[in-house]
Amino acid sequence: MKRTYILAIETSCDETAASVVVDGHDILSNVVASQIENQRRFGGVVPEVASRLHVEQITVVIDEALEQAGLTPADLDAVAVTEGPGLVGALLIGIHAAKAFAFANELPIIGVHHIVGHIYANQLVQPMQFPLLALIVSGGHTELIYMKEHGSFEKIGGTRDDAAGEAYDKVARVLGLPYPGGPAIDRLAHEPTAEPVDFPRAWLEKESYDFSFSGLKSAVINYAHNRKQKGEALVPEDVAAGFQQSVIDVLTERTVRAAEAYHVKQVIAAGGVSANRGLRTSLETAFNEKGIPFTVPPIAYCTDNAAMIGAAAYEMYRAGIRSTLAMNGNPSLPMRSWNDA
Amino acid sequence: MIWLGIETSNVPLSIAVMNGDEVLAEEVMTTKVNHSVRAMSAVERVMAAAEVKPSDLDAIAVTEGPGSYTGVRIGVTIAKTLAWTLHVPLVGISSMRVMAANCWHHEGVVAVGFDARRDAVYSAAYFVENGVLNEVIEEQHRSFDEWLDALDALNVPILFVGPDRARYEERLRERLGDRFQWARGPFNTPRASLLIECAKERSISEDVHTFVPEYARMTEAEANLKKEENASCAKR
Repeated sequence: MKRTYILAIETSCDETAASVVVDGHDILSNVVASQIENQRRFGGVVPEVASRLHVEQITVVIDEALEQAGLTPADLDAVAVTEGPGLVGALLIGIHAAKAFAFANELPIIGVHHIVGHIYANQLVQPMQFPLLALIVSGGHTELIYMKEHGSFEKIGGTRDDAAGEAYDKVARVLGLPYPGGPAIDRLAHEPTAEPVDFPRAWLEKESYDFSFSGLKSAVINYAHNRKQKGEALVPEDVAAGFQQSVIDVLTERTVRAAEAYHVKQVIAAGGVSANRGLRTSLETAFNEKGIPFTVPPIAYCTDNAAMIGAAAYEMYRAGIRSTLAMNGNPSLPMRSWNDA
Repeated sequence: MIWLGIETSNVPLSIAVMNGDEVLAEEVMTTKVNHSVRAMSAVERVMAAAEVKPSDLDAIAVTEGPGSYTGVRIGVTIAKTLAWTLHVPLVGISSMRVMAANCWHHEGVVAVGFDARRDAVYSAAYFVENGVLNEVIEEQHRSFDEWLDALDALNVPILFVGPDRARYEERLRERLGDRFQWARGPFNTPRASLLIECAKERSISEDVHTFVPEYARMTEAEANLKKEENASCAKR
């Protein structure tokens, strides 16, 4: 059977990325130019700076992806690009490079939802088993998605305020840790501690699959504030361990309860925060006990990359989904099913 | 030699295809629709109207800014991607020069100013003679008053061209009296064909990978950072 070669491009936040993926799972190249070093001086991602850096990198990164794959544009079957959600100015760079490239080389173009990409990162490792439950945890998202088959997405729970990654970044700032906060807190939380601070867990309603992290965030801020007022030193390891445990407990409980209620054959975790060691271990242990297969992509495919966009685009390509040259960047693109049969 | 010209640096959108001296097809639009929605569709349409395939293109011209940050980035990203993948040269031209090119056959001083918010203008003036545009006020970001001072000091009649007539006319009249006039309606809209004419005169081609817009201003975040750095240096 003829193989399908997709060039995928991702510029939704602060990584300029391009990849060539064959049949949705064989990665021929996966190039990521990160802006972390540049953005660190601002203590977070500045959208205008991100857009400017994407323009500087975009053709270099795509060129490199084709070069590493040993392909020319004539070998490709389609071009895929992240359509949203993300920073609109950043999205537009990838989208316009993709449109121009597709037009010049007479290729179809496919706009991909960023979170769908994160889910399909798992397909790069092994085929997905349906029905499936996906826990998405990143700087912008905390969601539970039920998939009864490819291209079918039902959101069964989400955050009511901050995303988990957002809470990590804010707590990191309180602790004076460098941006991005997630890896730094994860590292600290694994240092030996005398006693992790006992922070609250937001369980919400008994039946709910929703999340809330703003209360936890405030609790950490108040704790730090109180300590300071009393003239007591803050033990960053204790705070990090306590905060992380609270986040992980809630994420694990919700995911396990949803997996059982929906009788899924597989549970996957995706998104930047799924690189978190504490969370991975907790979910692995919980699903081992329940006997439900749990997978999480290697860390390189958890953070933003273009291979995951290529993996998702392959299923869309097979389903006949195509975008037009009028595709716009959509910072709040809803996750739509393409297969509702 | 077949050229594609792309102008998206401000609200107007213009795309043109030229073969030598001849305009094969051109579109100009000034209604407020996002360039992201219609720029590439316009490229496709104009090229189809010109009966030119992507592989027929010999060179790409793009307005490099200054102007709307997002607008300029859309044009530049399209242009550099096309130039890279089609292996053709890329030429960037300032948005102010493209605007002034509308008065290419005028004799005398032509002034261009795009609103840059906070009473600032991306501005320049050219002395036009025998079809040559010579910069007499440097293309840059400056306050409106600085621009006005520079124009006044030229002490000659000035033809203004650009979209912001309603915004500036009264203040110009106050200062320059009868020494200025504003170009007629259609001349205030940039044309990609004239962008291509400017590009043909510039014989250098850009390095496609490193080509970036001419923003004329650093980002606010970078400016703030610099201010802090300077303050801490001063303390030491």
